[in-house]
Amino acid sequence: MQNSLIGMLKKTEALVTLENAGVHRAGRWLVRDVSMSVGAGEIVTLIGPNGSGKSTTAKIALGLLQPDEGRASRRADLRVSYVPQKLAVDWTLPLTVARFMLLTGKVSKSGAAEALQATDVAHLADAEVRTLSGGEFQRVMLARAMARKPDLLVLDEPVQGVDFTGEIALYDLIKRIRDEMQCGILLISHDLHVVMAATDRVICLNGHVCCSGTPTAVASSEEYKALFGARAASTLAIYEHDHDHTHLPDGRVMHSDGSVTDHCHPDDGHHHHHAEQRDA
Amino acid sequence: MLDDFFTRAILAGVGVALIAGPLGCFIVWRRLAYFGDTLSHAALLGVALAFLFEVNITLAVFGVSACVSIALMLLQKRATLSSDALLGLLAHSALAVGLVVLAFMTWVRMDLMGFLFGDILAVSKTDIAVIWLGGAVVLAVLAVIWRPLFAATVNRELAEAEGMNPERVNIIFMLLMAAVIAISMKIVGVLLITAMLIIPAAAARRFAPGPEQMALMAAGIGAAAVIAGLFGSLEWDTPAGPSIVVAALGLFVLSLVPAVNRSAAEPAEPDRRTHELRRETRR
Repeated sequence: MQNSLIGMLKKTEALVTLENAGVHRAGRWLVRDVSMSVGAGEIVTLIGPNGSGKSTTAKIALGLLQPDEGRASRRADLRVSYVPQKLAVDWTLPLTVARFMLLTGKVSKSGAAEALQATDVAHLADAEVRTLSGGEFQRVMLARAMARKPDLLVLDEPVQGVDFTGEIALYDLIKRIRDEMQCGILLISHDLHVVMAATDRVICLNGHVCCSGTPTAVASSEEYKALFGARAASTLAIYEHDHDHTHLPDGRVMHSDGSVTDHCHPDDGHHHHHAEQRDA
Repeated sequence: MLDDFFTRAILAGVGVALIAGPLGCFIVWRRLAYFGDTLSHAALLGVALAFLFEVNITLAVFGVSACVSIALMLLQKRATLSSDALLGLLAHSALAVGLVVLAFMTWVRMDLMGFLFGDILAVSKTDIAVIWLGGAVVLAVLAVIWRPLFAATVNRELAEAEGMNPERVNIIFMLLMAAVIAISMKIVGVLLITAMLIIPAAAARRFAPGPEQMALMAAGIGAAAVIAGLFGSLEWDTPAGPSIVVAALGLFVLSLVPAVNRSAAEPAEPDRRTHELRRETRR
């Protein structure tokens, strides 16, 4: 009886919680006043322009950075998998994919093989990590994170260097990982549109939380519908959309920021605050 | 058997090589060559202090090297100087202070060259016992911290996020380094220790399919270099320590020869990769 009660409590308890957390470095706040939580079976996506503190927030959640104000707490005995944004493997390091799978802990052979299979890189098990292309390595990193069977999975730009059909497949896979393992997922992305299908909650950062909400709450937005329809319709449409995205030098940030503000408009009061800040 | 100076030299040298190989891999992977240099330069200060306070030389060298490691870690956290400047500062200051202290002690008659370049032909049975017992402890500790140390080498944040303690294993690793320098100083001398750490590891890289294999191969190549160097030194009457390093260099050069290189077809792969990278960037 008591055990099941504790079990229930554990299930409802958030895996990681930030309360008004902020990190101050070299005379400025990298992020400030960030409150968020990730629960089991939940996908939370952090979006925002470059330098908006997405990675910093993730690092606070992971415990890599201690907040200078506010609090960050993680559930006891939390098993974490982390896919960092960049991981450079030097030539001096002989590291095969199979060995990389065992980097931070023992994983059964079948578990590793299954995970590599799921991310479509099983044929690369004996390849040296440094010879992989960017997309292949992203899949390998995801497979490694998956094979650990984590409670919390933190992914920093997991689709970097992955082609567009691969991108959709990866997001589907991330959703499947959540569904099957019931782990919490904290996802960092600069591309909101493709992420949205699987995400439970979106948090838009720009040095602070400028808006957050469930994608379903903003699904009525015209632009959201258009983007979402395009995503489901064909991969080509997404290709074109992304093409626009990357080829506007400063506009890219403005664009994604702009569309985000639109999304959050219906149910978020902080929006005006955000707009004022940008003007100032 | 141990009464023969040459046998003792081989036993001592091979012992050092077996320890230096695996640790040297981490020196190469983590780009710590200059750090190894710094510690070994500081070893001379340890020698001077050992004479001054009449304590065991190996212990004094270990103590000074450990202090330098910890000083370096603290300075890296606070000071604004870059790591290489800090290392240079510590290395040469410690070396200079060591030489000055030795010069003051006019009553001490010591063979400075022996400490700078090693005196492997003069190792005693006690030295061999220290090398093999100390080495066994060093390798045992390294085996225990191997996984977190390697994970932190690949990516520190990843290791830390997934529940490891990179800070702690880094400190342990630095203490192991200090121990290796203390143990091996007599064999190749403070100026050549870094070579014993780096060259066998570098030679092993091309043939190693994984990190663990690279560590074993580096140990083997180091041992081969010791034996070849000592026989060469006997044959041509060259100084033993430098001869060992020259033999190691020879093995490294051999490892570069394409015919010996198992993965001779490799150059094709980086090409493929740059090509793909370029494609991705363009997109």
